[in-house]
Amino acid sequence: MSAAEEVVTEAPAVEAVPKRAMTLGLGTSLVVLAALVIAPLFVKNFIIFQMTMLLIYGLAVLALNILTGGSGQFSLGQSAFYAVGAYTSAILMEHVGMNYALTLPIAGLICFGFGFLFGQPALRLSGVYLALATFALATAMPQLLKLGFFEHWTGGVQGLVVTKPDAPFGLPMSQDMWLYYFTLVITIGIYIASVNLLRSRSGRAFMAIRDNEIAASAMGVDVALYKTLAFGVSAGITGVAGGLGAIAVQFVAPDGYTIVLSISLFLGMVVGGVGWLPGSIVGSAFIIFVPNIAEGISKGLSGAVFGVLLFLVIFLVPHGARQVAIVAQQLIGKLKK
Amino acid sequence: MELFTNQVLAGIATGAIYACMALAVVMIYQAIDHLNFAQGEMAMFSTFISWQLMQWGIPYWWAFLATLIISFAGGIIIERLLFKPLAKAPVLTNVAGFIALYGIINSVAGLIWDFTIKQYPTPFGSSPFLGSQLISTHQAGMIGVTVLLLIALYVFFQFTRIGLAMRAAAALPESARLVGINTSWMIALGWGMASAIGAIAGILIAPVVFLEPNMMLGVLLYGFAAAVLGGLTSPLGAVIGGFLVGIFENLAGTYIPGVGNELKLPIALALIITVLVFKPAGLLGRPIVKRV
Repeated sequence: MSAAEEVVTEAPAVEAVPKRAMTLGLGTSLVVLAALVIAPLFVKNFIIFQMTMLLIYGLAVLALNILTGGSGQFSLGQSAFYAVGAYTSAILMEHVGMNYALTLPIAGLICFGFGFLFGQPALRLSGVYLALATFALATAMPQLLKLGFFEHWTGGVQGLVVTKPDAPFGLPMSQDMWLYYFTLVITIGIYIASVNLLRSRSGRAFMAIRDNEIAASAMGVDVALYKTLAFGVSAGITGVAGGLGAIAVQFVAPDGYTIVLSISLFLGMVVGGVGWLPGSIVGSAFIIFVPNIAEGISKGLSGAVFGVLLFLVIFLVPHGARQVAIVAQQLIGKLKK
Repeated sequence: MELFTNQVLAGIATGAIYACMALAVVMIYQAIDHLNFAQGEMAMFSTFISWQLMQWGIPYWWAFLATLIISFAGGIIIERLLFKPLAKAPVLTNVAGFIALYGIINSVAGLIWDFTIKQYPTPFGSSPFLGSQLISTHQAGMIGVTVLLLIALYVFFQFTRIGLAMRAAAALPESARLVGINTSWMIALGWGMASAIGAIAGILIAPVVFLEPNMMLGVLLYGFAAAVLGGLTSPLGAVIGGFLVGIFENLAGTYIPGVGNELKLPIALALIITVLVFKPAGLLGRPIVKRV
């Protein structure tokens, strides 16, 4: 069979999400924001820590959402970017003695560069091949971090311990609570920036590539540039999330950033709804709390319970939380009439 | 020179494992156009079934045969129950489904047979093969079975009606439906066959890596690397890719300084990326041309 006979007309891998459907309305956003601001005042420190992680993973899922939902590229390699961000922050804090807040933009920039460079070979790949290449990146990363060559900086297998920052200006709040609000501010900033990015000229270019690459390039979109840019932005945000994660957990070690993390983030995106940015936080809640729930139902079978719950989600709401939100919106609309 | 020959032989021996797994990966990729991340776990579960049958006193080859039939049926049941309803869902949803399946099978196997490492018998014996220290009779048998399997698959796809129907259903589903092929069942059949091939791979691998619920993770990665190297659309390519990855892995470990055991895995993965970038269709795969 010669190559020319092989003709494949396939549907786009990621369904087209209209730009307007990517965000929440102003009212709903404010309610969610208020809940996020007030909630920590009433709960214990451990729950505040979990909420911080919720925001951090939410950021990482958001980053993947920009890449996949925005520009239509897969990635199972997010854990590698997350690891680079975490290690950048940890090394700058512990070896250089830099302030924790200053390390985050550096982590973001380094990851942006790393993602942009990785985006170059990824340009030639799509769909399942890209998934495989990024999968390879994620699996290789812990091994690379363990290398003796970097051991002076990374601490090798043992990893690095990071000191948790105190609340500044003598504010009367616990370290956990301060870190929560610190993370919240960064998360909101990045969320707003992401929404604006997707609404901008670049965002429209991402989406044009997602929906039809050839048509996009015919319209004058620089496909190579925007595809690598999407990788860079996604990696950059993941890097910031990684840095925050390192500060919150107070520890970085190679085995904390395996392919399992990538897969979790991927599942978070699917559960939250591909291409629906507010869904990121729902997806993040799914990957943080559902394994605990599964463990609560049955210790030995936690993996199976998790799998079954995941199957339930993809059978009942294949478009994730976005579908739930749309149905809810329609219900409210009916009630108003 | 002797070191080189020995390393190549050892590479061929481990390569046979990857070749088996790559073959299963390619089979299911042909049928459904997705990489099944749960493939390794399905193979592991089949291997446990055969182990259990042998524990109950059934002789090796009968257990082997029974496992193949059970795996074949199991593959079809999984497709009918879980993945047929998802056929129209986005690719990402399917991948999430594979991951869910992975979690379920791994955890159920752990619950039934627990996570202790078990010995697994081999019908070929484990004495040195033809006086070579590096390759045992089991490994030689493994290579033999892989080659036989490949020939059988080739005959099946080239010379039987149903093999032709499966190829047609995979290549051009709409046209295949028009000439009266039940494409939906062809996909189920593909799952069944992939599951059975995975079972063979698992049974052959188990004496080498020992039987436990996580035994397939590393093997599956190399299987993917092999499948990509050989071309995801070519069963023969997958087998050749498997042997090449095995040889490459051993030679890199011996000759490139600084590549000890810890860097073997990243090397295999670097290989995946290099192949994908320079020759995305693999050694023997067909390049896919898209109509605009």
